[in-house]
Amino acid sequence: MRLTMFKSFNKFCLRPLSGALLLCAIAAPALADWEPTKTVEIIVPAGAGGAADQMARTIQGIVVKHQLMKQPMMVINKSGSSGAEGIMDVKDAKGDPHKLMAAFSAIYTLPVAVNLPFNWRDLNPVAMIALDEFLLWVNAETPYKTPKEYLAAVKAAPPDTFKMGGTGSKREDQIITVALDKVAGTKFTYIPYKSGAEAATQLVGKHIESNVNNPSENIAQWRAGEVRALCVFSAQHMVYKDKITADQSWADIPTCKESGVDVEYQMLRGFFIPGGTTKEQVAYYVDLLKKVTATADWKEYISKQALKDVFLTGPEFVKFLEKDEAFNTKLMNEAGFAHKE
Amino acid sequence: MNELDALFHGFAIALTWYNIGMMVIGIVLGIIIGVLPGLGGPNGVAILLPLTFTMPPTSAIIMLSCIYWGSLFAGAITSVLFNIPGETHSVATTFDGYPLAQQGRAGEALTASFTGSFFGALVAVLLITFLAPLVAKFALKFGPPEFFAVFLLTFCSFVGTGKDPFKSIISMMLGFGLAAIGMDIVSGELRMTFGWSELLRGIDFLVVVIGLFGLGEILFSMEDGLAFEGKSAKINTKVVLETWKKLPKYWLTLIRSAAIGCWMGITPGGATAASFMGYGIAKRFSPDGDKFGTGQLEGVIAPETAAHASGTAALLPMLALGIPGSATAAVLLGGLMIWGLQPGPLLFVEQKEFVWGLIASMYLSNIAGLIIVLSTVPLFAAILRIPFAIIAPVIIVVCAIGAYTVHGAMLDIWFMLLFGIAGYVLKKLDYPLAPLVLSLVLGDRAEVAFRQTMMGSKGGLGVFWSNWLVGTITTLALVMLFWPVLAFAWRKLRRSQNGAAGSTT
Repeated sequence: MRLTMFKSFNKFCLRPLSGALLLCAIAAPALADWEPTKTVEIIVPAGAGGAADQMARTIQGIVVKHQLMKQPMMVINKSGSSGAEGIMDVKDAKGDPHKLMAAFSAIYTLPVAVNLPFNWRDLNPVAMIALDEFLLWVNAETPYKTPKEYLAAVKAAPPDTFKMGGTGSKREDQIITVALDKVAGTKFTYIPYKSGAEAATQLVGKHIESNVNNPSENIAQWRAGEVRALCVFSAQHMVYKDKITADQSWADIPTCKESGVDVEYQMLRGFFIPGGTTKEQVAYYVDLLKKVTATADWKEYISKQALKDVFLTGPEFVKFLEKDEAFNTKLMNEAGFAHKE
Repeated sequence: MNELDALFHGFAIALTWYNIGMMVIGIVLGIIIGVLPGLGGPNGVAILLPLTFTMPPTSAIIMLSCIYWGSLFAGAITSVLFNIPGETHSVATTFDGYPLAQQGRAGEALTASFTGSFFGALVAVLLITFLAPLVAKFALKFGPPEFFAVFLLTFCSFVGTGKDPFKSIISMMLGFGLAAIGMDIVSGELRMTFGWSELLRGIDFLVVVIGLFGLGEILFSMEDGLAFEGKSAKINTKVVLETWKKLPKYWLTLIRSAAIGCWMGITPGGATAASFMGYGIAKRFSPDGDKFGTGQLEGVIAPETAAHASGTAALLPMLALGIPGSATAAVLLGGLMIWGLQPGPLLFVEQKEFVWGLIASMYLSNIAGLIIVLSTVPLFAAILRIPFAIIAPVIIVVCAIGAYTVHGAMLDIWFMLLFGIAGYVLKKLDYPLAPLVLSLVLGDRAEVAFRQTMMGSKGGLGVFWSNWLVGTITTLALVMLFWPVLAFAWRKLRRSQNGAAGSTT
């Protein structure tokens, strides 16, 4: 252990000029006081092939390719009960530093919706590595070009005529739908599907009128000109300026707010380790994720998936979680999704 | 002829030594994964996915898809030999495959199953080669009512397979009950978990099947005096050739099952549903239908052909639309993105080399797969010569490992033991197990599709006849359900007409 610590010390500190040495001497011990002693499992509380799973497998690939860890890394899907299986598995693994959970907003919505005995404070937050966006999509063959036009049409039709498809029930997609109903005075019929991929195909097949998929879930259909993006539920435009369709890039899509529909929602993509683990163990994974997110492979991945590049850790991450949890819980309660006995 | 040009170009890509090597490695790994119960195609592909990140995408997908083909072929091996389905889609293969093995005809059963698989794959690959864009458009027509109609058709083609319809229904309802454990995605609520976090993952189909079939069978054999019956089958090239001679007789079953498989792969109903539907429909329409379950070659061919056709066809919507037609396709889809390819409607245009390299490799690897599995038959058949007292404990251990591997949970082993006893008791009491398994694997999907439909139609059942597609499937399902009654009425009508005609002359 001492030896490896010295090695990384060497790599990070001795190479720069000796003037920086003092500063490094303070920072270095936190970097390498602990190291995994066996296979690290990334627990994905979602199905194989979905967005969370792809991210976990990309990280695994980057770790292997750049030899960022001596022990092997394994991705395990525990998707039972909309991810509750995976979340509870990590909660029950108290003190086990060889489990890393890929988290998204289910960590707040599931406990509220199904009375799951879980709180993210049961775990040790490691870092948030990206934010996922949500967009309002319609079939490209429909005449609606702006969210205002579309929502006006929904409002004008008799209630429950327009169908909004999304992933699961009482989760982010339905939260956004309810928020839309409230702001625009519409009444959608929300149809829950198993995955975003299914909601995307159903939109192309015109079985639903719209969905609020993440960029990665609809990009294939968007590029092929089968669906149209009306607006993004975020405060600012997205940053990716490469043209995806013939004439549009992610950055060209207006925000919903500037189009007169005041709904905002973004979803964290982050990592936790079980509770009862030490500071050094958390620090190890923070450092690992920092190295992963610094690679060119990762930058390419997030630009392809149109994820928002954010890295939060320590107290900043906890502050974000507290705020995000309050926001989600409020929306869940307003929508009447809270568990009733 | 564009497709042919592209295909030959594809062969040129697939036929490098490196790619052929990857193909063989993939198939052998796939066979191992297929033989081990619990470790299925999706897990196998997912575990090996990270290894391929440094390979060229075409070689990577060739290797991974070959693992899938290997597992599709090999799932039948343990089904036939030990009544333990190695894969979920080979459950239906046990119904006739295992009785055949008990009659000492394991070699025939395996040869028929592999050849049927190969035929199914070939039809599906031809479909992908020449009709991909057209067929992909068809898949988009499937909304919730269409999905439910397809599931209904599967169920209806299976009702009445047992001797006592009421026992079939009881068995089916048990399956529905087990399938409902866990999250209900329509309401977003938990059902029947009793606040127990171990039950959050639900009761896995494979665990139940390993218990019901594998352990149940061992218990049964023990009662019969600690010996496998008449399984000292000889397997050599002669058996293979003789079986092949018999196969053309079943051309109708082969074509029907291949068509069912392609349909279920594209829509996506999945290989497991396809195998059950293939078996059910063959039983209903075959002249030997009554003898199904007692060891008919046709009863092995029907599910295997459908399963492999479906597994292969499932790649079509993945390539052409970016929707996975099966769990394994979903993992491959994730792989495509990691390799830097964007699946979806433009893949055929932008990544010609990749797409056609893969399609060409599907022809080659299925041929290679058939040769490899056929040559392993003597090896697996040799296992049958091991005395029961040695092999039975080994099987129980393999079953336990299989049940554990599904979710890495100790509880699943207890469930497996429980279902082993349940399987023994149900079999003693003459309850058919097939309807239980079928509703366990398709129950929650059928339920979700039905409730999605009702949400959209505001409770009206007319939606199941709202267009020609869903109307045809629903009507077909109802005809299947009432087939015994209809056939009875038809016979009675004809007899009374004949009688009437006879009396007037």
